[in-house]
This record gives sequence, structure tokens and C-alpha cells, in this order.
Amino acid sequence: MFRRIFRREEKDPKLEAGVRKTRSSFFGRIAVLLRRTEVTEDVWDELEELLIGADVGAATTDVLLQEMRGRFRRGEFRTGDQLNEALQERLVELLRTDTASLPLLSEGLTVVLMIGVNGVGKTTTIAKLGHYWRGEGRRVMLAAGDTFRAAGIEQLEVWADRIQIPCVGAQPGADPAAVVYDGIAAATARGFDTLIVDTAGRLHTKTNLMEELKKVRRVVDRHNVPARSLLVLDATTGQNAVLQARAFAQAAGLDGIVVTKLDGTAKGGVLFSIVRELGAPVRFIGTGERVDDLSPFDPEAFVASLFAVDAVDVDQ
Amino acid sequence: MFDSLSEKLQAVFDQLGRKGKLGEKDVDEALRQVRLALLEADVNFRVVRDFVARVKERAIGAEVLQSLSPAQQVVKIVHEQLIELLGEPARLSHASAPPTVIMLVGLQGSGKTTTAAKLAVLLRKQGNQPLLVAADPYRPAAISQLQILGKQTEIPVFTQAGASPPDVCTAALREARSLGQNPVILDTAGRLHVDDELMDELAEIKRRTPPTEVLLVADAMTGQDAVKVAEEFQQRVGLTGLILTKLDGDTRGGAALSVRQVTGVPIKFVGVGERTDALEQFHPDRMASRILGMGDVLSLIERAQETFDQQRVQELQKKMRAATFDLEDFLEQMRQLKRMGPLSQIMEMIPGMSRLMKQAGDASLNESDLKQIEAIILSMTPDERHHPEIIGGSRRRRIARGSGMTPADVNQLLGQFRQAQQMMKAMAGGKLPKNIAGLFR
Repeated sequence: MFRRIFRREEKDPKLEAGVRKTRSSFFGRIAVLLRRTEVTEDVWDELEELLIGADVGAATTDVLLQEMRGRFRRGEFRTGDQLNEALQERLVELLRTDTASLPLLSEGLTVVLMIGVNGVGKTTTIAKLGHYWRGEGRRVMLAAGDTFRAAGIEQLEVWADRIQIPCVGAQPGADPAAVVYDGIAAATARGFDTLIVDTAGRLHTKTNLMEELKKVRRVVDRHNVPARSLLVLDATTGQNAVLQARAFAQAAGLDGIVVTKLDGTAKGGVLFSIVRELGAPVRFIGTGERVDDLSPFDPEAFVASLFAVDAVDVDQ
Repeated sequence: MFDSLSEKLQAVFDQLGRKGKLGEKDVDEALRQVRLALLEADVNFRVVRDFVARVKERAIGAEVLQSLSPAQQVVKIVHEQLIELLGEPARLSHASAPPTVIMLVGLQGSGKTTTAAKLAVLLRKQGNQPLLVAADPYRPAAISQLQILGKQTEIPVFTQAGASPPDVCTAALREARSLGQNPVILDTAGRLHVDDELMDELAEIKRRTPPTEVLLVADAMTGQDAVKVAEEFQQRVGLTGLILTKLDGDTRGGAALSVRQVTGVPIKFVGVGERTDALEQFHPDRMASRILGMGDVLSLIERAQETFDQQRVQELQKKMRAATFDLEDFLEQMRQLKRMGPLSQIMEMIPGMSRLMKQAGDASLNESDLKQIEAIILSMTPDERHHPEIIGGSRRRRIARGSGMTPADVNQLLGQFRQAQQMMKAMAGGKLPKNIAGLFR
């Protein structure tokens, strides 16, 4: 069929079972019900439930299904299978952006700023990205810019030590802008071309914290170094993710999205609304707590695996 | 016999502010908007469907308050239903034999560690000596995080390098018992509800402690998945409560309703910030407003209710001032009174009434009193009810015979009724007679 993006190297039976469990979820059921030849009113209702259940959002689901209904009425497709295919294509389209095909990192030093609300997985993702980009031949350095949260700095330093990537530390309570400044100085001096900066998780509604983030971004910009803001989103988040994305984009710019915790049962359907509205591509997905639980985002594989049919589903 | 003014007031209340009833079309239209609002708030799709169906049942045929449109009236009903569903905030249980063990569980990043510290701070404020237990050996610097919080708040943290979480927890309990620390708060590692091995580990911790409370710490911004997560944790570990975190953001928090509905587990606390004092009691009314998100409509409804209440009071005062209240009215109200429950809340809204009630003591009527009064009045002719002053000796005797009472009983009723009339008139005019209590015996 197609490559599952959650595939792991080892064949761990528990893991396989876990992955199967996550996929017999809303989108998996779509494919089953659409295998019926007839497109009845029930099919539309079930589609709505499945899309909303996957956090696509009521408004986006409505727009999407109205569109599909219109095309169906015009005779563009007739069977359930055809509807399935058309829907998948449309969803993939929603995830495409102008910048998706452009490389995220430039030649020479690029500063990647990791931003997002509390608890989404920024620090773990930094470790994963550092490991990944080093594997691609980059010279990576980390900057422990979460000077607020208890043991925020230490958490990144433990990772840095594990994966043997240098990390610019700081004192708890230090100004994050100062940490970025030091990080850029160190990276420049030592010839590193990728500086990944951790920031403290913050709710986008906290004005003072968002001002702090703006300041951090300005520090990078003043160095005339290409800056990339990567928003980390938790796949379990509901519609609030759209508000988060908007606010963070406004404060620090938005060059890409990393969606984490896709190894759970949440499907991250909110991504469709966010990408459509903000035009920033999803760059990576996180699928676990280990350093290699990261994959570059592939819209087709993402949508296809959402529609995947499992042996368990066929009976339903 | 009868000893209060509540009957008269009751009838007046019931007649005020009626604008007709809600029709099905009104309800359907309004519920469409409500459904959208709830889905936008991340309430689970199925929970929304069931909720809307239930509200529809209640709404059709319901009375509409003056100054509210039918749609707004529906929203009022929805709001009330939401509050009811969210349930009363529940307290933390205490173990009969100390120490109380509180186990915090949940997904990665939900806020367990910060919440553990907050709980400890809160419980210490209440006079306890909590012990925090660092039961997450997996996440880099997780133990450090709790230790730093412990130092900041001066609360002891139990750790055991290299030990498995179940071992750490049992060792912590042993220490807590010997040192008299109570309660013991277990900060477990974040884990996926579909991770069999880690869910088994939680079950093992539970088996070996066992905890007084198992609280699911859930991020208020969780979407549709909240139901799956909660159900799984409930099934694998068993939950006694829910703590919703990060409510200081602008997430609508529909997950609260979904989880509550699906697990039946009460919401015990809400987290509203990163500081260790940012833990609050759960307020179902605030949460309902937040989830519904129809802030402007809800404040309209609040004002309408206030206006309605004020109108009632004004109408009532008018009637009392005119003293046009007669025994016919009285009979009518008593029948309504029988259908009512306690009237104290309504009574308190009338200026001066609560003071009056306090002076009179418990002014409630009992069943037999009401039956007797009803019997007497029913034995009267309509003319006698409208003009009780025409009731002389022979009429009195006839009424007594007809109702199975004595002429003295009839006399007593009439006397008390006259006094009540006068009192109402005085009250409406702002003056209270000196011996009020006497009226009520």
C-alpha cells in the first residue's frame, strides 16, 4: 500500500499494537464507510462526525463538505471510493503552501526559534531536530532559552549531553534575549551553521510574555542572521491551536510548524485550518519521546495514513 | 392555622412576565447556533449531540421571560443545563487512616508537576504536612523540576535514584508514615493512554499504594481526543477526580464537559497560572459561560432576569398597597403554594421580607393547615370570598358545618386574614407594624 509514517525500525509487537490502536480512529473509519458504493445522506453525516471528531473544526468541516457535496451534485464523482479519493486530494491540497518546498535552513548560520504554549514538547523536539539536522550534515548548537521554568535549562542540557551536541546554557532567571545573543556569538565564533533556541512555554494570551518573545526575535534579526520561527503544536489541542498560531505568528513570525504527540490517538486535524489561514507549512511531526521519533512532514503520507484501513476496521 | 404571607406573594409571582411559550422552530434555530458554539469550544461531537437533544426536550413548551427573544430564552436553558452537567465542585477526600495518597496522572505536558506543587501548597495552607514524590524517572530533569519547586515552596520532595516508579511510591509512603507527613502527592510521568506498558505501570502503582485520590490532570485546550484519553485512564486506572490546567489562556475548555459527561468524574480544581498559588476551586457557572462563549447573550439574560425579578417585586407591592387581595385570591395562591417548594428564596427578594421572616421564625405552613384552610374557603360562597366582611353568625355556622370545622376556627381564619391584609398594605407603604410575630401564631 503506502509507507506508514509511524513505522519504526524494530518490530516491537507492543509498538505495533499501539500504532494499530491509534490508526483505528476516526479517519480510518472514513475509508471503511466510503467503500460503500452509494453516497447517501448517512455517509455525509458520518463524514461530518469523523472530520469534527478529528479536530478539523466545525467551520472548516462545513466548508469542506459543502464543497464535496457541490462537486458530487455536479457529477464529478459518483461512488464512495471516488468521494474518498477526492476528499483525500482536497485535504492534501489544504496542507500545501508556497514555502513548503523551500529549504527551511539557509547556507551559513540560521537561527531556529522554537516557540509555543506550555507543555507541547518544544525541548524534546529541539533534541530531535538537532539530531536530525546533524544527520543531514549541519553543525548544530543549542541555546537553553527557557530560563523561567523550573529545570528548563537543565532539561535541554541533559538532552544535549545525551546526543552530544553543544549547548549554550544560562542561569535560571536570565534574560532569554541575552541567551540568544550569547548563542549567536558562540555559534558564529565556532563556525556552527544551525542554532536552535529553546524558549519558555507561554500562553499566547499573556501580553508581557509575548512582548518578551518579540524582543527575542528582534535580537536575532538585529544580527542580520536568517531567523526561522518554528511553532510547536500538540496534536491533542483543539480549536485553540488556531488562536495560538495566529498570536505566535504575529509576535515572532511563523516559518513552520512541528506537530507533536501524533503517536497518541489525536489526529491533529486542526492543522488544516492553521495552514490554510496562516500559509506556514508543517515541517515535521513528532511521534514519541525518543530522539529519533521525528519525521519530515509529508502531506500525502499524513492524509493517507489518516485514511488507512486496518484489519480491525473492516468488520465495523 | 395559616401563619404567613407567602401564599399571596406566590400567586403574584406566577402571573408576571409571561410572554408565551417556546415553539419547536424557535428552539431548533437557537440550538443550531448552540451546537456550533459547543463544537467550536471543543466539546466532544457525541456529547454535543446528546446535550442538544436533551435541551430540546426541556426547551419546547418552556415559558419565555419578558425582554428575552425566544433564541435567548433557549440559551438561558442551555446555560442552566451546562451548569448542571458540569456538576458541583467536589472536595478532596481524606483517607480514614493517614496518610492520604493523591496520585496525579495524565498525558505528557498536561501540567502534573506544577499542579503537584500547587496542591501541596494549598494543602499546607489548610494545616497539613504534604510530601511530594518524584515518580517520573523518564523525562530529562523531571525529578529536578519537582525538587526545585519543593525548594521554592519549602515542601519536602521524596526521590529515589534508579528505582522504578512503583518502588519509589511505596518507599515514599513508608517514609511519610514514619515522619507523619500527610498527604502524599505522587507526581507520575506523563504517558499516552494507548501505551500499554506505561498504563500497566500506573495500575501497579495504584495496586501498591493504594491512593485515596486518582486525579487526571488534563490540559483545558484538549480537543475531541479528551474523551478517548479520559475513558482509557478511567478504565485502566480508575479516576476519582479531574484537574483542568492552563485555564488562564483563552481556550473555551469544552473538554471539561466532555470528560465530565463521559467519565462521571467530578472536576476538583482548575489551574490558572504557572505560579504555585494558581490553583482554584472549580466554578461550574463560570465554566459553563466560558464553554458556551455567548458572553453578550448571557449578560443580556442576566439583565433580563434582574428586570424580571424587579418587575415581580413592583407588581407585588402594587397589589399589596391596593389591598385588593381577597379570599378567592388566597385560595388560588394556596393551591399554587401546595405545588411549590420552599419559598424562602423568593421571599428574600422582597424588601423587608427577609427581616420579617426572621422575626416571625419559621413561617412555613404544614399540609394539614393548608387542607383546613382550603376546606373553609371552599365552603364559602363566591360573594363571601370576595367580601368576607359580610360573614356574620349564621354564615359562619354554615361554613363551619360544611368544612367540618368549628365557627371559632372560621373566625380565626377571618381574623388572621384581615390582619395579613393590613400588614401587606403597611409593608407596601414602607411601614411595618410593631407586633409582627403575633400575626404568625
